[in-house]
Amino acid sequence: MREIRMGRKLTGMILAALLLPLGFAPGQVSAQLLMNGAGATFPYPLYSKWFDEYAKLDRSARFNYQSIGSGGGIRQIMAQTVDFGASDGPMSDEQLRKAPGELFHIPMVMGAVVATYNLPGTPKLRFPADLLADIFLGKVTRWNDPRIEAANPAAGLPNQPIILVHRSDGSGTTYIWVDYLSKVSKEWEAKVGRGTSVNWPVGLGGKGNEGVAGLVKNTPGALGYVELAYAITNKLPAAAIRNRAGHFVEPNIESTTAAAAGAARNMPPDFRVSLTDPPGEDAYPVAGFTWLLVYREQHDEIRGRALAKFLWWATHDGQKYAPALLYAPLPPQVVKMVEPKIKEIRFQGKPLLAGD
Amino acid sequence: MGRRTSQPWEGLGGGQALPRWVSWQAGRAGASLGDRGFRLLTRTAALYVLGLMAAMSFAMSWAAFPSLKAFGWRFLVTSTWDPVAESFGALPFVYGTVLSSMLALLIAVPLSIGAAIYLAELAPLWIRPPIAFLIELLAAIPSVVYGLWGIFVLAPWLRTWLQPALATWLGFLPLFQGPPYGVGMLAAGIILAIMVVPFITAVSREVFLAVPTTQREAALALGATRWETTRIAVLRYGRSGILGAVLLGLGRALGETMAVTMVIGNRPQIALSLFAPGYTMASVIANEFAEATSDLYLAALGEIGLLLLLLTVVINALARLLVWSVGGAVKAVRE
Repeated sequence: MREIRMGRKLTGMILAALLLPLGFAPGQVSAQLLMNGAGATFPYPLYSKWFDEYAKLDRSARFNYQSIGSGGGIRQIMAQTVDFGASDGPMSDEQLRKAPGELFHIPMVMGAVVATYNLPGTPKLRFPADLLADIFLGKVTRWNDPRIEAANPAAGLPNQPIILVHRSDGSGTTYIWVDYLSKVSKEWEAKVGRGTSVNWPVGLGGKGNEGVAGLVKNTPGALGYVELAYAITNKLPAAAIRNRAGHFVEPNIESTTAAAAGAARNMPPDFRVSLTDPPGEDAYPVAGFTWLLVYREQHDEIRGRALAKFLWWATHDGQKYAPALLYAPLPPQVVKMVEPKIKEIRFQGKPLLAGD
Repeated sequence: MGRRTSQPWEGLGGGQALPRWVSWQAGRAGASLGDRGFRLLTRTAALYVLGLMAAMSFAMSWAAFPSLKAFGWRFLVTSTWDPVAESFGALPFVYGTVLSSMLALLIAVPLSIGAAIYLAELAPLWIRPPIAFLIELLAAIPSVVYGLWGIFVLAPWLRTWLQPALATWLGFLPLFQGPPYGVGMLAAGIILAIMVVPFITAVSREVFLAVPTTQREAALALGATRWETTRIAVLRYGRSGILGAVLLGLGRALGETMAVTMVIGNRPQIALSLFAPGYTMASVIANEFAEATSDLYLAALGEIGLLLLLLTVVINALARLLVWSVGGAVKAVRE
């Protein structure tokens, strides 16, 4: 008997615990807007930091973000199930046409993609762009190929096959990498092309940055690509790549920001621009924006204003949180170009940020 | 014993089946309200599974429709997977799924049944519970842990030791040719084998424990040695149960995603060599779904899901048939 009573008591307690939040929740939330967003996984650490910091400044809105991937972000904003989407790759013209309203791409920060490798002694490597493309096309197959040796005379390259490693999961990192290869090699553009996943001519696939890094670390003679942030935190070797100006540039946050500064001169008004292979002396050539996707015409004045205010904050004060998390902040030229775009966000034809 | 009819749906050692009258009672009109309510509840639960299955098949077909329309049968027999050109063929994924699972069973079944025989028949009594516990614990390890272990421990070991050795001794077979990457079909098969061993072992052990002692005593009385007793009385008696256990393992192997994708190399190709990288259906869905933007691309991934569902159903049905026919044979032997 006693046990049964205990059991009932316990059940009652559990039930109460389950019901408790239901009873209290509405009172707390009603005062606060809940803004929903979904999309790219790559900027997620920064976005969650932003939402956290922003919540301290503006208590009226709370931001909720699901990092379901850029593809999912694009689908959700097109279906209008979220207030904002996020993507590492720009939407296609066709997708923009299909969307129920005019969508803005607001650049938030930049990421870079680096070539990492596993060679005895971990020499510093340098790659001319066309050579990189030919390696990934499977045309240059050994480390002691004369073309690699010519660029790295002191590296002491072994007579070993190059084992290529690429991402197996669809990702913005892949998009930036193959977008770069498409720009520097006509053959790559024709045979493989651009996408978050492509039909790789050679190589092994690793899942995520950690999968690629794991394969590279454990396979002598491997060459792969990972995000700059991942390479820095895990102290992976990263090759310098020759940019359009003819300089070999090491990947880091400054050289990534320089890439956007170089691209700012001929930035299209909708910001759907690839930053790969930009002009500029110090620009690291394999970099890209990550965007938030928002409708120009908002359906709800209060929500729309909250969103526009957040975008303004993120592209200005929020940028200072980027370097600590190893994202490259927007250069001032680009921030200047983004400002009028954010001010264009409106409700029933009325700009939402007019006063600022 | 001959009176116990062996039914195909009695998967695992159905020795504990209740006498028939119990289920008659529950169905009788005079049964208590509680009994009827319970019956209704359990029936709903059972029908729910059927409904879920139907809903899933429908949703998958719906999702796959654009791809079904665009590619038709070509989807099954071509092996290009090019998201940029939107040209999709599923053959390498089907091949990779079937081959890696079969490889896993090839390694896991003898190992598991050996372990189960030892645990149920031969091991000293005091050692049985800890070993059984440890084996079952293996089943609780998350697959991503197996995957990481595969990348950092298994793959380097395969590359430096096992694959060169296999290439030296058995290199004349096309199965063991090509450069040793470490990751690839062989690594996937081994990881899957390790993952299904606890399932097959645990269930087989239960099956062996359910074999009546009288069976063993009868064999011993006939002058059988220990091995003969195991073979005649235990293995034969539990055959359908063992097949059930193997099926359970196969189910896990077919659908396993994370661990496999971390070690298989993720290359959509059909290679005879076990050293070569491959790809499985579950892996490609997990890898590419989140970033697939175009409708046709999504539909192609949906169709892969549909195929995986069909493949699972077909393999399970075949295995059921096998259990059925073996069960029939056992019955014939017993009578």
